[in-house]
Amino acid sequence: MIEIFQYDFMINAIIASVLASIAFGIVGTYVVVKRIVFISGGISHSAYGGIGLAFLVGFNPLVGGILFSIGSAGIIAYLRKKGIQFEDTLIGILWAFGMALGVIFIDLAPGYAPNLMSYLFGNILTIGVSELYLILSLDLIILLIVGIFFRQFQAVTFDEEFASTIGLPVNLIYTLLLIVIALTTVILIRLVGIILVVALLSIPSAISINFAKSLKRMMFLSTLLGLIFTIFGLILSFYLNLASGAAIIVVSVIGYLISLLLKSKKIFIKNR
Amino acid sequence: MKTALKIESLSFHFDELKILEDINLSLPEKEFIGIIGPNGGGKTTLLKLILGILEPTSGKILIFDKPIKYQKKLVGYVPQYSNFDTHFPITVWDVVLSARLGKSSLLARFTKSDHEIVSDSLDKVNILDLKNELIGNLSGGQKQRVLIARALATEPKILLLDEPTASIDTKAGKSFYDLLHQLNQTITIILVSHDIGAVSQYVNKIACLNKKMIFHDSKEITNEMLEATYECPVDLIAHGIPHRVFHEHNHD
Repeated sequence: MIEIFQYDFMINAIIASVLASIAFGIVGTYVVVKRIVFISGGISHSAYGGIGLAFLVGFNPLVGGILFSIGSAGIIAYLRKKGIQFEDTLIGILWAFGMALGVIFIDLAPGYAPNLMSYLFGNILTIGVSELYLILSLDLIILLIVGIFFRQFQAVTFDEEFASTIGLPVNLIYTLLLIVIALTTVILIRLVGIILVVALLSIPSAISINFAKSLKRMMFLSTLLGLIFTIFGLILSFYLNLASGAAIIVVSVIGYLISLLLKSKKIFIKNR
Repeated sequence: MKTALKIESLSFHFDELKILEDINLSLPEKEFIGIIGPNGGGKTTLLKLILGILEPTSGKILIFDKPIKYQKKLVGYVPQYSNFDTHFPITVWDVVLSARLGKSSLLARFTKSDHEIVSDSLDKVNILDLKNELIGNLSGGQKQRVLIARALATEPKILLLDEPTASIDTKAGKSFYDLLHQLNQTITIILVSHDIGAVSQYVNKIACLNKKMIFHDSKEITNEMLEATYECPVDLIAHGIPHRVFHEHNHD
């Protein structure tokens, strides 16, 4: 067990797991209570367009991902504000369009585009120190925004209509929430990849909602569970030589199934 | 006596669809009115217009003689409780406290008086002892009271209730209306429902709404009102409406 700490890449991976767990524990809580898992999927997949653009033009792919995911968060918030029908259809289109743009940009890029698989399915074992700093700063931004607007986020995710009747700027708060989700998905892309982001954003919170008495406790529990799942998946992928992102998701799903079992046996529930 | 609510030739169209047409209504302070009508008759739309969530296509709504946008804080809203998610991990106290967010700037913390108002509101609806309960663990009647406490915590002059008894049993319904009567001592109440039987026993005035509104400034439901609103009065009478809300019939 000790030998995994002898590798620098393992130390980086563990630090990344801790930082990411904080982000997706907090933000995943909102995603699950507000039931916007599909919207989060749209935001994360459209990030691929930005990653492709970054390869074509030549800058940090994660920065490209941030630009595109925040852009699509803005578009989704705008569609909602306009009250357009078929919102879910449009999000699905945005989802596919972002991916398609990414593929085309990479086709256009000269030479060989390395490691694209690691953006689709993640590779936590190749995270470098500079990326750790990027993840750390995204973490701090997320903590700052959620810390300041915690009560407003709670009001809007609990009952949007009532929040607007008391004069809260509901559209602004909702847009901010989607931007926070966009930042979180970018962190998760390096961990588990675009395709698996949604799972890590939703599974820990889907478990903790059954055992938590407040949003804060739910965030704390989701963070803890997420950390256990990522570290456990990481160890599995190290010893069994599996893809890290997939290993993390499989461990999370097993954790979810165990929680369903506990829930059906009514263990813990009474003390919720 | 002041006029709490004045609606003048109000219409609301959604795309080509006319939801509300030429609504006129004037309510003095401390009135208790029930607005009845079939589902899809525009009741909830009317509430949302009074709340300022929707903009009228034409006409105007005045609250204490001023347009809604200046008066939003005078109107408290009690939605149908089935509208929100009961899995949400939030306590009764925090639900009611959220009503105080509209009273201060985005960054200001809650004050001691915010907490006192929340405590008073819960006390008024007799559920202060449930303040630490999760919203999802409450019964239908208790949830309804939480939503009323939340509306009271905004310190409203007018209270709007949307189908308040839709999912509570008759006994809970009665004590619920007793509660509304107490609140009516100081607050104007507008209650919307498709259930004539429940509403007509308790309110002071009744209006019928089905795209158009019929209101005679009284508690009587005339045959004309029912026919215009429901187009099927016999069916409704068969459901056992308290007899006293009808005109005296001078047959023979």
